[in-house]
Amino acid sequence: MPMSSGKGCVSSMSDKGLAVVGERDSVLAFKALGMVVAAVETGQEAARAVQHFAREGFAVVFITESMAALIPELLSRYRHEPLPAIIPIPTHQGATGMGMAGIKQNIEKAVGADILYGKDG
Amino acid sequence: MATLRVNPTRMELTRLKRRLNTAARGHKLLKDKRDEMMRQFIALARRNHDLRLEVEKALSAALAQFALARATIPREALEGALLYPARQVDIAVETGNVMSVRVPKISITDEGQARQSYGTAQTTGELDRAIAQLAEVLPQLVELASMEKTCNLLADEIERTRRRVNALEYKTIPELGETIHSISMKLDENERGNLTRLMKTKELLQKRDS
Repeated sequence: MPMSSGKGCVSSMSDKGLAVVGERDSVLAFKALGMVVAAVETGQEAARAVQHFAREGFAVVFITESMAALIPELLSRYRHEPLPAIIPIPTHQGATGMGMAGIKQNIEKAVGADILYGKDG
Repeated sequence: MATLRVNPTRMELTRLKRRLNTAARGHKLLKDKRDEMMRQFIALARRNHDLRLEVEKALSAALAQFALARATIPREALEGALLYPARQVDIAVETGNVMSVRVPKISITDEGQARQSYGTAQTTGELDRAIAQLAEVLPQLVELASMEKTCNLLADEIERTRRRVNALEYKTIPELGETIHSISMKLDENERGNLTRLMKTKELLQKRDS
């Protein structure tokens, strides 16, 4: 765990800010907010972009749900690292429920049962 | 349950008893840790859930607005307009501590002023609105990132702790208990054997002397 080596290590990692990975149509908007964006079309490209951002030390990498769905293994690898946080976001077509599934997965792992969504699936 | 393979000696018995003591104390501490982590995690997960709902709604709306803007502006004009960011986002990452799990705390330090960095001639008002909407979601988005990561790491830690608690409760502690039992049984048996042997010897000696 790189974070356990001290606080300084983390803050030096935060030089870079926020990055976005996704389809061109979705990510272009984030460029206006001063984020670093990577427009990708295939899962391979997305994986490469995510790895690149992770290596560069971005604290948060937002990835569109449609792209995140293509590279689940890579994302689950970064899940256990303190940084970067890879966060699925919806596209302009709305949320697919993938981000929610991540939360659900967390809860199931920690509690052993689904307690938040028991009723409404 | 299998007992440990150790020599049935008094020394071993003391050692095992001490280990059992430590294991029991560790079990209790870990159990408390697990319970408290669980409590905090559940609160956090609920907040995470709510926040994500909110963010997803707002973000979808903002991106839909942007898609609309994109449809009305020529591609080159739009990309030219967005080439230079309208605002700068600076974030700070600190190390937070939730039940001694190190988590990143990500926050926006310098939001900067939203300023329009492109001309109005080639773009439409929809673009301005879309970007303003998006900018509004940004702080929440960063908060969500931080919270989701915290939840991830906490869930990992809870699972690890639960495994340790269970290993202690169902494996280590019963094993130690049984081994201690079997050793003391064996020692007692030896003691009894010794006693009978002594009595027998005494009897034999008395018979010979008389």
